[in-house]
Amino acid sequence: MDARTTTALLYLDGVTVSFDGFRALNNLSFTIEPGEMRAIIGPNGAGKTTMMDVVTGKTRPDTGEVYFDGSYDLSRLDETEIALLGIGRKFQKPTVFDMHTVEDNIGLALKGDRRARKTLFWRETEEEASRINRILDIIRLSPVRHRVAGSLAHGQKQWLEIGMLLAQEPKLLLVDEPVAGMTDAETRQTAELLKEINRDRTVVVVEHDMTFVRELGVKVTCLHEGSVLAEGTIDQVSENERVVEVYLGR
Amino acid sequence: MIAGLVSGALDRGALAFLATLAAIGILVPVLNLLVPATSPFYLSSYFVALFGKYLCFAILALSIDLIWGYCGILSLGHGAFFALGGYAMGMYLMRQIGTRGVYAHPVLPDFMVFLNWPELPIYWYGFQHFAYAAFMVLFVPGLLAFVFGWFAFRSRVTGVYLSIITQAMTFALMLGFFRNNFGFGGNNGLTDFKDILGFNVQAPWTRAALFMISTFALMLGFVICRVVVSSKFGKVLVAIRDAEARTRFLGYRVEAYKLLVFTLSACMAGVAGALYVPQVGIINPSEFSPGNSIEAVIWVAVGGRGTLTGAVLGAVLVNYGKTYFTSGVLAPYWLFVLGGLFVAVTLLLPRGIVGTIHQRWREWRERRGAAARVPHTAPRAAE
Repeated sequence: MDARTTTALLYLDGVTVSFDGFRALNNLSFTIEPGEMRAIIGPNGAGKTTMMDVVTGKTRPDTGEVYFDGSYDLSRLDETEIALLGIGRKFQKPTVFDMHTVEDNIGLALKGDRRARKTLFWRETEEEASRINRILDIIRLSPVRHRVAGSLAHGQKQWLEIGMLLAQEPKLLLVDEPVAGMTDAETRQTAELLKEINRDRTVVVVEHDMTFVRELGVKVTCLHEGSVLAEGTIDQVSENERVVEVYLGR
Repeated sequence: MIAGLVSGALDRGALAFLATLAAIGILVPVLNLLVPATSPFYLSSYFVALFGKYLCFAILALSIDLIWGYCGILSLGHGAFFALGGYAMGMYLMRQIGTRGVYAHPVLPDFMVFLNWPELPIYWYGFQHFAYAAFMVLFVPGLLAFVFGWFAFRSRVTGVYLSIITQAMTFALMLGFFRNNFGFGGNNGLTDFKDILGFNVQAPWTRAALFMISTFALMLGFVICRVVVSSKFGKVLVAIRDAEARTRFLGYRVEAYKLLVFTLSACMAGVAGALYVPQVGIINPSEFSPGNSIEAVIWVAVGGRGTLTGAVLGAVLVNYGKTYFTSGVLAPYWLFVLGGLFVAVTLLLPRGIVGTIHQRWREWRERRGAAARVPHTAPRAAE
């Protein structure tokens, strides 16, 4: 597609994905505007993770359109191409490179030439070193920069992964359950961190934790059985009768 | 730039390892050629040939460790690349025989005369030139690995499925090379070599030179592997090994990385095979047998994967054990010993010999370091 058809940064229209007859996404449509932060909630099996898989190229939609930045058809690209377009993803289970140091984890994620023949002869520049330092400060992991990532506490791993996202300098961050397994203090700090990131990047957060979503104070989309059930502020959504029904059971 | 890369890649341990290899490469030929046979320090030509063979296996082990230990690609068909390199060298050696063969044909090797072939097949052209053969030693295994890897990695075949198709690959090649009409001497393979670059392959000086060259090739292979694994490229390989999907979502083209390292590894295995053939004097299709490739993986597991030095150590130790066992009354039990060794290492030493030593060393240093740092860290903990 050549002409820009939408102002939205992320545009999903009528996306359907089936696994063995089960519709994980059912005619899902929503848009994310540039600079926005959006929380996506929904009960288990609502299709939140599948939606992320579709946007990041892990799963191809059966039908429907997925456009990034108005001009890139994400359903035709693979994970690497999508990552290079500027979509970063944080997994539900913290996935860092356990055998590498904290510093190397950030270094690997750092925006730069990713081609094999370039990395073979690559040397760290001062500019890159200072970018790594800056990110380590933001995610508060400077004191443990030389430790292997596998030895970090759970909450630290979550931050490290957020730090890796920042290092990628994506336009859009997809963050899957960033506060799962975190203490209250860590949860609050994570909300602060995400708000800070949102100053110059678009963020989509998938989360179960309602207090955390409330803390973020952003527009909420509630998914159910693969499509959008309700959209609006957290108060509007949580007062919606159908949402209450879905969450509390009928 | 190259010098910078190399010096950055070699730590103290790596330098000590290289120095040991260099010492072996010089001492063994000296003790064989210049020391009288009556001296207790004399090393027999049998010994030189035997350890020369182990050195070639060590290069093969190194090539497997590079892809398995650092990138998680478990190839159970690396013997195929080794054998292809060996055949390329064998073809050169066959062409050097000339009229000294049984049938004294100036161009055709004996087996072709025997099969009544009127002329040399096209793919044997050029092998009378050493430079061409040396190029093919790298090119043929490299090309096969590139084509094989291109299909396998693009289709995202990983783990045990990849291991199985590498087994199938080497098995298929073995069946092919067993056939007479393939043009590589059928089940007899290529043998009865006379000379290499004008030197008699049987002469002690030639054998000693081949030993030195093998040591040098092993050192060079080790340095190349160290440069690769300590670069950012090497870090990406480890990232792929530990979390392939994550690496993709970071924007790395995983299949390109795998393809490059797999091809490099196959070329190294080819060189190992090419050095092996003049030292043992024969190459036949049994080198393609799936069992050989599995044995090579066991060497790496025993020595410690992801350590490079461990692969070399494992190859030499296990092969020494094999020579020891299969030359006595215990010969029928060797496969049981090998299988038992693999089980024992997997259960008791999952990191292999060198991996375990590394780990103990690190733990010891951390404990010592922690003990020394206590006074400094105490106030910070209170803060």
